[in-house]
Amino acid sequence: MISKKFLAKLYKTLYTIRVFESECIKLYRQGHIRGYFHPYTGEEAIAVGVCTALNDRDYITSTHRGHGHCIAKGARLDRMVAELLGKKTGYCAGYGGSMHIANLSKGNLGANAIVGANIPMGVGAALGVTLRGEDRVTAVFTTDGATNNGVFMESLNLAAIWNVPMILVVENNQYAVSTPIEQATREPDLYKRGLGIGVESYAVDGNDVLQVYEKTRESAQRCRDGKGPILIEAKTYRHGGHHVNDPGLYLPKDKLEHYKSHDPILIGRKYLMQKGKASKKEVEAIHAAVEKEMAEAIAFATESPDPSMAEFLEMVEAF
Amino acid sequence: MTDKGNSNSYGSRILMYREALNEGLREEMERDRTVFIMGEGIAERGGSYKVTVGLVDQFGPGRVIDTPIAEASFTGVGIGAAITGMRPVVEILFVDFAMLILDQIVNQAAKYKLMTGGIGKVPFVLRSQGGVGNGLAAQHSQSLEGIFYHIPGLKLVLPSTPYDAKGLLKTAIRCDDPVIFLEHKLLYMTKGEVPQAEYLIEFGKGDIKRSGNDVTLVAWSNMIQRSLAAAEKLAAEGIDVEVVDPRTLVPLDRGIILESVKKTEHVVIVQEAVRRGGVASDIASIIQEEAFDYLDAPIEIVAGMNTPVPFNLDLERGSVPQEEDIIRAVKRAVYAETTPAEKPQKMELVS
Repeated sequence: MISKKFLAKLYKTLYTIRVFESECIKLYRQGHIRGYFHPYTGEEAIAVGVCTALNDRDYITSTHRGHGHCIAKGARLDRMVAELLGKKTGYCAGYGGSMHIANLSKGNLGANAIVGANIPMGVGAALGVTLRGEDRVTAVFTTDGATNNGVFMESLNLAAIWNVPMILVVENNQYAVSTPIEQATREPDLYKRGLGIGVESYAVDGNDVLQVYEKTRESAQRCRDGKGPILIEAKTYRHGGHHVNDPGLYLPKDKLEHYKSHDPILIGRKYLMQKGKASKKEVEAIHAAVEKEMAEAIAFATESPDPSMAEFLEMVEAF
Repeated sequence: MTDKGNSNSYGSRILMYREALNEGLREEMERDRTVFIMGEGIAERGGSYKVTVGLVDQFGPGRVIDTPIAEASFTGVGIGAAITGMRPVVEILFVDFAMLILDQIVNQAAKYKLMTGGIGKVPFVLRSQGGVGNGLAAQHSQSLEGIFYHIPGLKLVLPSTPYDAKGLLKTAIRCDDPVIFLEHKLLYMTKGEVPQAEYLIEFGKGDIKRSGNDVTLVAWSNMIQRSLAAAEKLAAEGIDVEVVDPRTLVPLDRGIILESVKKTEHVVIVQEAVRRGGVASDIASIIQEEAFDYLDAPIEIVAGMNTPVPFNLDLERGSVPQEEDIIRAVKRAVYAETTPAEKPQKMELVS
């Protein structure tokens, strides 16, 4: 039985990611955040469903579109905004930025701007867990784009032959930058890639937070029982272009509208109000709390100092 | 025990380079349960150059892991294990194959510490071997240290003797930063004294392999052996060569090189790698920047030709520095014999 409290937690995290991205996009457009910024908008249910089924000791490896993973794995918004602004108080002291944000204290081993590169690293984290005899699961977030990179199949195969406790989460948003999946593979059901090499593999609706959560919970348990790895394909869709400066004109209007009406935030809210019997007022209270936290996070980050050249030189002295 | 050279009161044995490496791995695996090794054919087979012989019997297949031929991925596995508390030693059979793993080394391992604000550690060792062998042709003969030298965030180690190989490998395994440890295929069967007692060799500490007063010869890896042989012949002609082995190119012991240069005032740098964009050129630039006033002659560089290594044995031999090339360069450097006709005429196949 899923409690109202649990559904409220899921919804709050979904809503937090949505607000974080929309507020940070504003900061980007105002010129405060520079570089590349890949919004997670429209895909929130995957990070939330997966990370809610994990604990703080479990690891994740994340992608270039990693803000949602970072939030769902327990990061503080203030230190995240600070990192996006390149501030000393950021999770990576302002040295990493959006595409490399990490939070090692909560098991987030980092976002990665090389598509697919975080997959073998996740297998390695899981292999280390096995060698140390620990009880930890590693969830590796990857994308449909990465499934056509060699390391995807190589690494999944290594995970399989070594039975490591890893869940490979393929966020299938159906575009590799701007290339639609139909142009990149003959078989758009990506979970089938795992079946061919003996890996238990599933497809879920990546916009439905409960579906993602349930499948991850089962998979994590199987991993803890020594029956990993497992592949989960979560089908989803971006609400915009590849990054903030990409208007995404190649996304067919009708398809985009369909997915916007099948929005992970709306679905999460429906669960909270229908299954959880939450009132409109309770939902609004969640919204208000999140928006307040975000406003405080932006204030904190804005007021934070930049890292100094002296500190930087000290750190890279041995390089 | 720290690095005190080969003479010691603890007793030593004569070991082959590969045996010294094996002993280094074994000792570190005994000492630290987080150390494990991965690579192609390293378990039962003991590795192509027999460096890992017997380790699977002692430590089991969990810590001596044979991998499929998926270099980019199993290297990434090593790095993922390293950032979460293990100390993996990944073996890439030939450094030529390391071209398949450059993303993981260059974009992941080398940058992880910086990208995580200095919190993340990558205690990862990549062991591989390079250099010209005996007719192994273009894809199994390269010296690629220059590629790794160019990347900030990596340590770069090229041992030339069994003693150095063991002491540096043990230090590499205990290092919290990624280390590229490059052996040479012609060195595995070479022998040298290795102490019975445990020792480590600090990174960034070069070693004078031969003392001399007339000319400083900087070399590393297999070029040390060739330079020492050349130095003996030159000694017979009255030229006293000092052979300096930096042992680690990153960090580089500038001090030991500059001190020697200030003493001899003549420099020859020898690398097997191709000349263009190489480490030798960088060392030459450091010397001219920091010891220009001491130089009595232009710095000589003896290096591989700017070409892939050809298969034909005579051409292969001609494409990388040989003893006679080193001898000629030293003579030019000390003006002992400098007629242009005696310079080796090497074609630049690729310019």
